[in-house]
Amino acid sequence: MSPRNGLTIAVPRGALMGDTLDLLDRLGIDTAEVRANDRKLLFEDVGIVTMRPSDVPTYVEAGAADIGITGKDVLLEQPERAVYELLDLGYGRCTMVLASVAGPDPGAEALRRLGVMRVATKYTRIARTFFEQTGRQVELVEVKGSVELAPLTGMVDAIVDLTATGTTLRENGLVVREEICVATARLIANPVAHKLKAAAIDELLERLRAG
Amino acid sequence: MASMHPTPSGTRDVLPDEMRELRAITDAMRQVFERHGYGEVWTPAIEYESIVGRLDGRNGGYRLFDDHGSVLRLRSDITVPVARVAATRYAAAQPPLRFCSFAHVYRGVKPGRGQMREFLQAGVELIGSPGPDGTAEVLAILCEALEAAGLREYRIGLGDAGLYPALLGAVGVDAPTADRILDALVARDLVRLGVEVHSIGLDAQTTELLLDVPQLRGGIEILDSVPEQVATDRLRAVHRAVPADVAERLIFDLGLVRDLDYYTGAVFEIYDPAAGMPLGGGGRYDDLVGRFGRDLPAVGFAVDMNGLHIALAGEERGEGSPGRLAPGAEGGNVA
Repeated sequence: MSPRNGLTIAVPRGALMGDTLDLLDRLGIDTAEVRANDRKLLFEDVGIVTMRPSDVPTYVEAGAADIGITGKDVLLEQPERAVYELLDLGYGRCTMVLASVAGPDPGAEALRRLGVMRVATKYTRIARTFFEQTGRQVELVEVKGSVELAPLTGMVDAIVDLTATGTTLRENGLVVREEICVATARLIANPVAHKLKAAAIDELLERLRAG
Repeated sequence: MASMHPTPSGTRDVLPDEMRELRAITDAMRQVFERHGYGEVWTPAIEYESIVGRLDGRNGGYRLFDDHGSVLRLRSDITVPVARVAATRYAAAQPPLRFCSFAHVYRGVKPGRGQMREFLQAGVELIGSPGPDGTAEVLAILCEALEAAGLREYRIGLGDAGLYPALLGAVGVDAPTADRILDALVARDLVRLGVEVHSIGLDAQTTELLLDVPQLRGGIEILDSVPEQVATDRLRAVHRAVPADVAERLIFDLGLVRDLDYYTGAVFEIYDPAAGMPLGGGGRYDDLVGRFGRDLPAVGFAVDMNGLHIALAGEERGEGSPGRLAPGAEGGNVA
């Protein structure tokens, strides 16, 4: 696997993919084949592997990719991953929020009367840390699919979820109660590649910083 | 259904085929250690928490009680117990003292490839020999042992635990802020480090210096760009003291920090292109032995044998070949 700069890059599929491929184009890495091939995952000629964003730290930590791009939300959710976080790429800006159904806040009501708020989320690490830091007792319910459904069915009092525009929340009658953190795309690197391929990684960083 | 009798998370059995390979590696390394006068020691797998617990940092994972209610701890590294041995069993012996050890250590990590909760470490400790000569001796033995094990493409990242803290102090960063910055560096989070450094409000040149230094890695010449004398001179002295074949393996790395508090000067890590994780590392711990009652400077290293075995197998498959990594050129060090 030996693209022109010697680096294997883990590229996230999904919302971050378009901006990421644009960025790689500007760096002179030909992404035409990646754009044309929706099913293919491994592009050896240009040193690109594609995967879901939450898998990027896994591949980079193992050294299967030298560097990768993923959301800060993913990194916060997997804090034990031994990878370098090199650069805030700025795009893919989303906000992690605490939201609940419009009207009187059911979360606050549950906390006051029952002492515990039930919260659905895909981001259990981020949510747990947030509620510990703000001193609130919660029962976290981990869901894999559309989190917005959970409060609408009465299963939980609130949700912790990532939102870019707030449209999905609004369409489901949910309002943002608190903002937890802002997440953008980050460039990460394998700790060994960061040393053994220092020149290639530094050159890439320099060009990214130069815009 | 054999799978219904699991071993605890992060532990595993070693069966004869793997064991023969592991034994060949450890035997080859032990011969190198013994040839240089490093006698092998065994220490207990369990020690009193009150004696070793406060010294070995964040890697502890397993504690238990004995029949008197004392808290015991499964060892999470070899260095602290060997420091205890040196200070207590050799209280009057003429330094330097040389020990090697092959022992399982226990950490509360999330198990993954090459990361187990119980794993075998091979290491040496050189006690009573200050830097740079002691550091150079240990680095040379590390290289010889890795080569005896059959590893070919490895490099040694060399930094200094005191360098970046000294730089932060020199430009007037207060202790709590410095702690937050160092915490970000240990977590390898250079984005957070950047945010913390910018938040201090230093002039542009100093800010740039604090952002650049942790990312400097390459040949000896990178030391010239750092306006700090003590730690960089220590590193230059080590570079002068090691044999040429060891110097060729070194990548100077000014952002290198080890996640243990007891390191005082030179620190190093072992990298191989066939493995995604460092294979081990070490450094100077000039204050540690003194905490057990005998004030002696010391240096040592530990190699993760499972990681080394993975790297050896990877090199055999060609993952460490020059096609994947241009030797010398990429590390920036063509000494």
